[in-house]
Formats: sequence, C-alpha cells, structure tokens
Amino acid sequence: MNELTGKPIDRVDGRLKVTGGATYAAEFPVKNVAYGVTVTSTITKGRIKNIDTGAAGKMPGVLGIMTSENCMQLHFPAGSDPGAGKYAEKDLLPLQNDRVFYGGQHIAVVVAETFEQAEHAAAMVKVEYAEQTPVVGFEKNALTAYKPASGLGGAETQVKRGDADAAMQTAAVKTDATYTTPVFSHNAMEPHASLAVWEGDQLTVYDATQSVMGVKALLSAMLGVPAEKVRVIAHYIGGGFGSKGFTWANPFLAAMAARQFNRPVKIALARQQVYSTAGRRTQTSQKIALGADRSGKLLAVKHATISETSFVDEFVETAGVATPMLYSSPNVDVSHELVRLNRGTPCPMRAPGESVGTYSLEVAMDELAEKLNIDPLQLRLINHADTEEQKKKQFSEKSLKECYERGAKAIGWSNCPAKPGLTKEGRYLVGYGMATATYPANRSASSAKATLFADGHAEILCGTQDIGTGTYTIATQIAADAFGLPVDKVTVKLGDSMYPKGAQSGGSQVTASVGPPIRAAALGAVDKLITIAIADPGSPLHNQKREDIITGNGRIFLKDDANKGEPLVAVLSRKGLDKIEADAKTNVSTRPSLPAPAPAGSPEAKTEEESKTNMAVQEDENTDRSAYAFHSFGAQFVKVLVDPDLGTIKVDKIVGVMDIGKVMNLKTAVNQIKGGMIFGLGMALMENLQYDPNNGRIVTRDLVQYLVPVHADIPEIEVQFIDRPDLYISPLGARGIGEIGVTGMAAAIANAVYNATGKRIRDLPITPDKLIV
Amino acid sequence: MQPFKYIKVPDTPAAIRAAGINQAKFIAGGTNVLDLMKLDIEKPRQLVDINQLSLYKIEELQNGGIRVGALVKNSDLAYNPAIKKNYPLLSEAILSGASPQLRNMATTGGNLMQRTRCPYFYSTDFACNKRVPGSGCAAISGYNRMNAVLGTSDHCIATHPSDMCVAMAALGAVIHVQGAKGTRAIPFADFHLLPGQTPHLEHNLKADELITHVELPPLAYAARSHYLKVRDRASYEFALTSAAVALDIQNGIIKAARVALGGVGTKPWRSIAAEQVLTGLPPNTASYQKAADTAMLDAKPNKDNAYKIELAKRTLVRALTTTGEIS
Repeated sequence: MNELTGKPIDRVDGRLKVTGGATYAAEFPVKNVAYGVTVTSTITKGRIKNIDTGAAGKMPGVLGIMTSENCMQLHFPAGSDPGAGKYAEKDLLPLQNDRVFYGGQHIAVVVAETFEQAEHAAAMVKVEYAEQTPVVGFEKNALTAYKPASGLGGAETQVKRGDADAAMQTAAVKTDATYTTPVFSHNAMEPHASLAVWEGDQLTVYDATQSVMGVKALLSAMLGVPAEKVRVIAHYIGGGFGSKGFTWANPFLAAMAARQFNRPVKIALARQQVYSTAGRRTQTSQKIALGADRSGKLLAVKHATISETSFVDEFVETAGVATPMLYSSPNVDVSHELVRLNRGTPCPMRAPGESVGTYSLEVAMDELAEKLNIDPLQLRLINHADTEEQKKKQFSEKSLKECYERGAKAIGWSNCPAKPGLTKEGRYLVGYGMATATYPANRSASSAKATLFADGHAEILCGTQDIGTGTYTIATQIAADAFGLPVDKVTVKLGDSMYPKGAQSGGSQVTASVGPPIRAAALGAVDKLITIAIADPGSPLHNQKREDIITGNGRIFLKDDANKGEPLVAVLSRKGLDKIEADAKTNVSTRPSLPAPAPAGSPEAKTEEESKTNMAVQEDENTDRSAYAFHSFGAQFVKVLVDPDLGTIKVDKIVGVMDIGKVMNLKTAVNQIKGGMIFGLGMALMENLQYDPNNGRIVTRDLVQYLVPVHADIPEIEVQFIDRPDLYISPLGARGIGEIGVTGMAAAIANAVYNATGKRIRDLPITPDKLIV
Repeated sequence: MQPFKYIKVPDTPAAIRAAGINQAKFIAGGTNVLDLMKLDIEKPRQLVDINQLSLYKIEELQNGGIRVGALVKNSDLAYNPAIKKNYPLLSEAILSGASPQLRNMATTGGNLMQRTRCPYFYSTDFACNKRVPGSGCAAISGYNRMNAVLGTSDHCIATHPSDMCVAMAALGAVIHVQGAKGTRAIPFADFHLLPGQTPHLEHNLKADELITHVELPPLAYAARSHYLKVRDRASYEFALTSAAVALDIQNGIIKAARVALGGVGTKPWRSIAAEQVLTGLPPNTASYQKAADTAMLDAKPNKDNAYKIELAKRTLVRALTTTGEIS
C-alpha cells in the first residue's frame, strides 16, 4: 500500500496528448456531423428587430439558421447547488428572446455541411437592432454599486468581527489605499466546444467542461429531457481555469441545433466568442485599510471590494474571502459590492476571490510593513493566525511559518534592500518581494466503481474529469496502490456522465473528493476477492484470517509470509469469474457553501444511481469535519530587475513554498504550482481584457492583444512542498493544489517592483508606461 | 471567410498577369493575409501563390549594398552573415518581431505589406476608416494605448506594426517592384503612406505590381547600429516603442546618424530631423536627449498613449547610447 501514491510518475495520458491521440470535445469522429457557427450581437444593448437569414440561408451547404424565432424552448433549471451544475446566465437562456444584454452575445446559429460554409454564411446574416444605451464603464458606474445578498453557492459576502472602525481610530500606524485589477480571461488553450448527437430521444454531448455531471443535469433540465437520456462526455479538456465550470450557451445551442436540423452538430467557439460569452474574471476595485500598533500587531483590517457583473446573472468576485482568516486581528470588516454593466457574465477563474484579493491585501501588508519599518516577512510572522479567528476553529494542518522560512532562504531574502529604489545590478534596479498564498481545501461527495478483470488488469470509472491537471495520473496511482497492481495494469476512465458521480473540477477539490472513493472502491474489489479466496479450499489462503492478508505485485498473500498467496487472477479463474466489481461513495463535504450532506437514511441521501446499484455509502475514518478549518497556505517570493529608464520588468526568480497536505505526485504537483505562479505573473505584469470606453464592447479580441506570459518572461521557478499529510481532510491527506499557486504571486511581484523602484503601482497590470511616469 | 480561388504561378510575369484580375492578392508566407481573410477584412476572389518565384536570394552588391529577394524569409534575412555584419540593426529588428515559427514563414515583401494590429481594425463591429472608408475611427476616442502618436490624422491613429520596416526606414532601403508597365524603384520613405483622409490607402503599390526585391544601400557606418524594442512582454509582442539607429562617430564627433522609430508612427518613422540634430555633436547623453526631443516634437497623444512620447524618447536615447558604446 502507498507505494505509488506520491511518486513523481509520468502522466499516464502524456503520450496520448503529445501525439494527438487524446480526443477533445470538438474532435470526436461522429458520422454526418454538421457545423454550427454562431452569429453574435454587434450592439451592446437593445432588441433584435429582425434577423434577415434569406441570403445566408440560400448559401451553399447551409442546412438552416436557428434564431429565437424558430428554435426550441428552454426551461430555467431549478436548484442552485453548484455541484449539480450552474448555468452561467440565468436571465439569458440561449436564443429565447430578442433581447441583447452585451456585445458578442449569441443571437443565431448557422448550421452547414462544413465549418467554412457555416462561417461564411454567418457573416452574411443581416441583423437589424433597436439599440439602447448600454451601461458602460466600471469606474464611471461605481456609484450604482449594491450589496449582493450572497456569493456563489450562498457564500457570505459581508463579514464583520469586532469593531474595525473604532479600532482603526486607536491604531498607531495605518494604511488606506485602493487597488484595482482589470478584467482577466482564463484563456484555456482549448476554446469552449460542444458536439451534440441525438439518437432517437437519447442525447449525447461531447463537451469541453469541468463538470460532465453538471452539464448533464442542466441539459436534462433546460431541454426537458429525462436525465437517463442524456450523456455528457469530456475525456480530455484543454484547460478550464474556471471558465468551463459554469455552463454557458454552447452545449445547449449544439443540442438545440442538432435536434432542429436532425444532424449531429458541432459548435466550437472562436477566441473572441470565448471572451464575450464564456466568462472572465471581473474587474475589481478594492479599498484596504489596515491599522496596527507600533509593534506591528494588526488591530483592524478593512477590505471593501467593488466588482462588476452582468444584467443577466450575479457573480461576486469575493476578493475579501480570505481576509478574515489570513492574519490574526481582533477587528475585521469585509464587504463586497457589485456594479451591473452590459458585459457578459463573469465567473470563477483560478482562485476566484483569493487571486485578486491576495494581490491587494498582500500589497497593503507591504505598505504597512514599510510604515512600521518592519521587514515584510517579519510583519507576517507577527500577525500569524494560529487559529481560524473568524470561524473560531483550529486549522486541520498549517505549516505556513515553515513556508516563509524555506522560501526566504531559497530566494535569499537577506539580500532584500531595506530601502526601495536604491540597489542596482548593472543598469537594473533590484527588488525583492513576498506575499502569503492561501486557498481553502474543499471536498465534495463523490463515487467510483472499481473492476478487477480475469486477465489481470483493473479499471476505475469515475464521473469526474481531468482538465489537464493530472487527475488521470493521480487516480491511477491511488487505484494501483489499493489494487496492489502496477500502474500499467490499471486503467482509469473519467469524463463520462454514465460513470458514478464524481466531483466537478473546480475549487481545487478533485483529488480530495475522488481519491477516497477510488481507493475505497479498489479496496472493496480486492476485499471481495480475498473473501472468495479465504472461502475457497483451492486457494493457498483458504481459512486464513482476513486481516493477515494483503495485496501487492498483482497478488494476495500473507503479510508475514509473502510466499503464501496467489495471483489475483488465480482466484477469478478458479471460480470462472470474468471480473469482480465494487462501488464506493464518500459522502462528505467541507465546502462551506454547499449544503450539509443529508443525514443518512433521509431520502436526499441517495441519488438515483445509488438506489439502482445499491452502492455502499462510506464515511471516512474522521467524521468530525466541522471541528476544523481546512486551508492550504504558502509563501511566494520574487526577485525582479527593473530597467529604470524604460520601465521594463524582468522577473529574475520566483519561489513558491506550498503547504498543501500530502503531495500525490511530485511531477504533476510542481507542474500545477508552477502553472499557477505563471498565471499570477501574467496577472501582475500583462494580462488585461479591455472594453471600449464608448460602447462597452470588447476591444481585446484575441491572443495577439491579450498577452499571457511567453517562455522568455518566465524566470527560474523553484517550487517546494511541506508535504505533510492532512489526515482530517481525507485518509489520503491531500488538500488540492489547482489554485493556490496563483495567490500571492501578483502581490509578491508588485512588492518586488516597489522594492526595486520605490514606485507603488496599485493598478494591475504593472506595465512600462506606469513605471516611467 | 469568403470563398476564393487559389493559383500558383511559376514566375514574375505570370504573377503580374494574375494580379490585376479577380481582386487578387499575392500570398507568400501568409502570416497576415490569412488572418485578415478569416475575418473578412481582406476578401480576395483569388489568391496568387508566389512562392515558386525565384526571389529567394540575398546578394552582396558591388557597391557594398545588399539586394534582398522579396521571398527571402525573415529568419534567413536576420541570420544572414552579411546582414549581421553590415546591418546589425536590421537583423536585430527582425529577430525582435513575432516568433521563430512566424519568422520562418514570413517574407521580406510580405513584411513590407503587413497591416496594422489596431484592434478596431480587426473588430468588424467597430468603426474603422481603414477597413470601411468613411465609417469613422473608433480608436481615437476608444482604447488607444497601443496606437500611434506620429503621423496620425483625424481619420486614423493606427500604428504600423513592423520591426523590420523600422530598420529599413533607417537604412533608406529601396523597394523594387515590377508591374505590367515595367519596373520601378520606390524609396522606402515613399512606400508607406500616411493615413491623412485616406487611411485605407497604405502603400504606393499598384494592383498589378509585385515587390521583387529590396535594396539595402551601402552604409559603412551601419555596422555600428542597433535596434531596441520596448514591449509589454519579452517576446512575441508588438512594440510599445522601438528605435533603429546607426551612428558614424569619428574623432569623438557624430559625423552622420540614422534614426527611425517604431511603435509610435502610422508608418515606419524615420526622423531626419533627429539625424540632423545629432550630426556634429559629441556622442553623449545630452546630444541623444536633444535628438529624442526633436524626433518626438510633433507627437500628438491620445487618451491612453501619451506615455509613448516619453517612452519613445527614452528608447531612442538608450538605443543611441548603446550604439555609441559599440567599439
């Protein structure tokens, strides 16, 4: 047991991916497929008076044009559990009426024999609008901000502890500044794509999604098709970063068009359609006030965020979500407000809340350290939160001080100039910066099926998906350990809603959620096998005690006498069985925004699938989950070189030391954290989606204009892990790793730039034009 | 994309014959024209593939100049030993543009013809006089951080995107073209047009004319030259500002200079005024600053791009400083 888990094995799907053998949503070879291209609005707000499809409809290869005039009716999905799928724009079901709420909104779908024909015809569709004056500009409309009732899944958005205003009066040292962040795009390499196939009343949708289960539930509800008649497949996903966590119009448009034109229909969005219709990180303005005594101890923390959302749904970027928890302070005041603009709806993007929230809070801490004349790292140590002070709980495991210590050593923190703007290496100003990283550890109910076959190989089925993070690999390692088989004898199948319900790939929860049921199912199958062997006079293990038997190297054997035992396959063949199966479900959730699990025995506790398969619901060893606060932490350290004349920034080295529980696979873990850190670097220095200040439509239309870091921007990156298992989250000890790498990075870079130049840029991204002023 | 015919032509006369008809466009590397066709900004009825033409040579001329065939790939030009030795600014300019993959496809002639990356030009739901003459310019009152500050008009502030062209402008290259009526030699400064009231007219090439080669005139002191590009990321990004400079320094005095700027002009921006300021001055920061102030004298900022004036000056001062230090 536990021989493979944690080992840095290569990705099991690596070869398939680099050889093009991995099939993504738009690539499934479906016979007779037709191509859908959407026509998008060229106004920002108004009504569609007329869509003239006459000329376009007659063009070669065109099968038809779907508009609000002729498309099928959709129903709004009931329920709001994000685990069951979240349709992103509740007041804008695709093509259901003539209203336009933002530029680039889908308003028609041209379906043709080829992609080129569909695209050409789409350009020929003539739309007449009754244009209305849109609400344009975030800053301009800040006065219209309102307080939302709650955030995603009911998350609290207004949090108070003590009396921050009163405490601020008594604070000896204060900072008060506003930090702004632009709109960011997830820019997953694979644009959103859906391929819908109807076979009679059975619908299959190949979709680029972070939740096959969510899309299935939504398709069923919105199209009015029974759940058992809907199947969603996403074997490989080319990145999501949150953009494929909510479900957007694309799978519905494909399914609607496929039914209407009686052909399989594929819709793959263009990059600019992804920008306008498939989510983004909202713009924020965050006012942070910190008050401390002379020793640096925080007395008050105020974090007021304004972000923006659309007119068709409400999404709150909870920038202040970590603020009540991150440092020890008796008084905290966190608020969130929203402005509505005529833009597409924002959605979670890698570390929603914490990414932009740690930028502002951690720059504010740097500013406070300077006013106090205390080393910024020392200020973090002075204010270290030993407990979760808002929820008044112990942390399940927290090794943040060790992260600081290791990170400081790796970057050479002692070289950090005490006074900013004075130290040079050659012509460049040198600066060091640091920040705290944090992300909660989530876990939700998941299930898996394990099968041992007579030919000696084993299979796991789980209805989660691998969005590029390494889930296939980690699941294989966990299962192989539990089966006692080598990795190449275990096949993990994910990304199919026919499989037992697995977690959505969001909130850094997949490993913690699906690891336990995968392990439990595999152990369950082995246990059945051992039970058969013990009862079988033909087995060398006949009448042995169950607890004396273990598995390994494809055998079951006595733990004290490895020679006494037999291959797994021998048990099956002797009994003439072609396979042995086991199901498992772990029914836990630590995500505070999710409803508590239904009590065992209540009708809600069993899903449809469970009742059918009579699946055992397993609880973990530790059931007292509510006693602890589950958070990962880390420390980000950065060294930058700034050209003082040209304002160009070269990030020279970055170090991230992460405390994320047990590392399941060092290779994929380092990869995840590095990717997150680069995500943060892009956020700090270049990423920026612009809207036209006059008409509010997107100006930044593609990857020529939306800059993400290229290799030449990426410095040496050092990633370290504390690698201390968190046994309160699950027996596997892993807390999830997908998002924490982003957090703190933008602040660490901004702080390093300040240390180098003495210029405090409080508006991301930090570009040369801002530094030469 | 509008459907189109695609033909390959074997030689220059055939290319010229094909060019005048059917709203034809030449295609060589295709790194820009295909993007524009996909967006229905360029709508040729016929693409004339000229890759079979014998225009691939880089020839050193008797007079010390170099003749570059129009189909010479950007990579081949940048890495050519004679170019690196005689015109380092050109090699550096090309290598600072695009990515290795693009430079391996993009050609010398194509680079001369590439069109602006102004986002409003690419977004068909915005007004753009370059794309639809008379429709207006959304960039002037829009988001214009990347737009030009020199050579602009009330009708267009689109930046010329090329790095290669900035170096060629500094060198005073000559563009040789061939058409139905014979050959012409166009001085670099006359090749690209200012937007004025007709931003859709970008160059002075007739429909049936094909660029055959570019002649780089002899300029001994261009061996002491440099191209500096400032941008938002380290590679694969257009210039915020750039400068191509060459200095002829003798006995501690600048005898002659070449100065061109990129990222700031509606065309590759040579500043003869800055060159004249430098001439006769000692190669020091004060001289360079004076030249920079002169080069940007006529700059007209918009809402988001005023920084370009200061940044361009600093870029030019740095480029001149670096060049002055070349031994």
